[in-house]
Amino acid sequence: MIRTIKSDDIINEISRACIECACNLDKKAYSIYKKCIDVETNENAKYVLSELIYNADIASNENIPLCQDTGMVICFAEIGINVHLEEPLQSSIDKGVRKGFADGYLRKSIVNDPFNRINTQDNTPSAIYTDIVDGSELKINLMLKGFGSENMGFVKMFNPSEDVNVIINYLSDKIISNAVNACPPIFVGIGIGGTMEMAALLSKKVLFRPIDQNNKDSFYSAMEQKIKDNINNSNVGPSGYGGKTTVISVAIEKYPTHIAGLPVAVTIQCHALRHKEIVI
Amino acid sequence: MIELFTPFSEEILCALKPFDKVLITGKMYIARDQAHKRMFEVGIPIDIKNQCIYYCGPSEPKKGQIIGSAGPTSSYRMDKYTPYLLDKGLKAMIGKGKRSNFVIDSIVKNKCIYFGAIGGLGARLSKCIKKQSIIAYDDLGTEALREIYVEKFPAIVIINCIGNSIYESKVTNE
Repeated sequence: MIRTIKSDDIINEISRACIECACNLDKKAYSIYKKCIDVETNENAKYVLSELIYNADIASNENIPLCQDTGMVICFAEIGINVHLEEPLQSSIDKGVRKGFADGYLRKSIVNDPFNRINTQDNTPSAIYTDIVDGSELKINLMLKGFGSENMGFVKMFNPSEDVNVIINYLSDKIISNAVNACPPIFVGIGIGGTMEMAALLSKKVLFRPIDQNNKDSFYSAMEQKIKDNINNSNVGPSGYGGKTTVISVAIEKYPTHIAGLPVAVTIQCHALRHKEIVI
Repeated sequence: MIELFTPFSEEILCALKPFDKVLITGKMYIARDQAHKRMFEVGIPIDIKNQCIYYCGPSEPKKGQIIGSAGPTSSYRMDKYTPYLLDKGLKAMIGKGKRSNFVIDSIVKNKCIYFGAIGGLGARLSKCIKKQSIIAYDDLGTEALREIYVEKFPAIVIINCIGNSIYESKVTNE
């Protein structure tokens, strides 16, 4: 049975999600930062973490953005095979973004061309990736991605014969060096395998996995833990002012790949974790 | 916390050490990527001598707000233009993250200072901004050149006037 999803429903959900995300820090992240204040022994780290809590409280109480960089809107959409959309998905989502960014007084951060750089004035277009799946629902995982942290991501095509420990050390070192500019404490998403662009997409998509969940494969969960430990032993700390709390979670997602390749991509998410799942 | 007032006196600035926490009160400017590019290419539309620039692109104010969220942006993107501005008399910068070595050299040469504000603190820092007005480059929207008046704006010394940085002196943090 074909189910029609109204464009207006998508627009309203996206608009609401943009405002809600911009003004409210992820609840789990909030409670983790609070706990970390007690765990930290470094006074600067305690200070920065308490400021993050104070900032999140002001933002949610007054319904103003946590961070002025309310990001580029990224949507991972799963469209059920029985769903009929009234108009192209990009069009409905962008209308929702336009509405949300206007109604919520969010910052318009998108420019029309990488070189020409004229602001589009409505924060569109958004970056949308779609999968066609079973069922009659439309599921959208939305994130507001700031570019301080986005600029610190990277892709590296490793040789398939490379030792896993060499890869772990390479990633740890590069993330440690980039973390200072990415507003730590950070969340790290790592995509391994597939093709170059697939590794990059996986590194972003895996950031939607619950913070406290590890990869189900023990080989990869051990890798996650090792990278996390390396980063947290670096003394970068919150805001780069020193301390143990540099990374909150490292999440790896993998995919089959080519006999000749071992693509690895890293997305770094700043402490202003802002995402939401929408189901219509 | 050390209370500072703009325009900063060189004597007070030069006494500051990495990791010193300060509260800044007074007039300063907001400028980021495109405003820097224009100042560099077209000329500086303000008297920059002894002034302080805050690297920031605020969100829009709601009704009744002076300014929208207004935390710092990454400073390294302004590095290309920084020695030019410091040579012209700019005294202080507020941003977040690391700077290039040639910027540190220019900071030492001109006896300037680089403060860090905590990244992502947009809502909280907006409360310290008591006045704002667009001075130039209105067409740049969030990237316009603004004059602001701040009260007790919290920052930390990242690079002091002799070039000591928190990113190199982590082990000797006292």
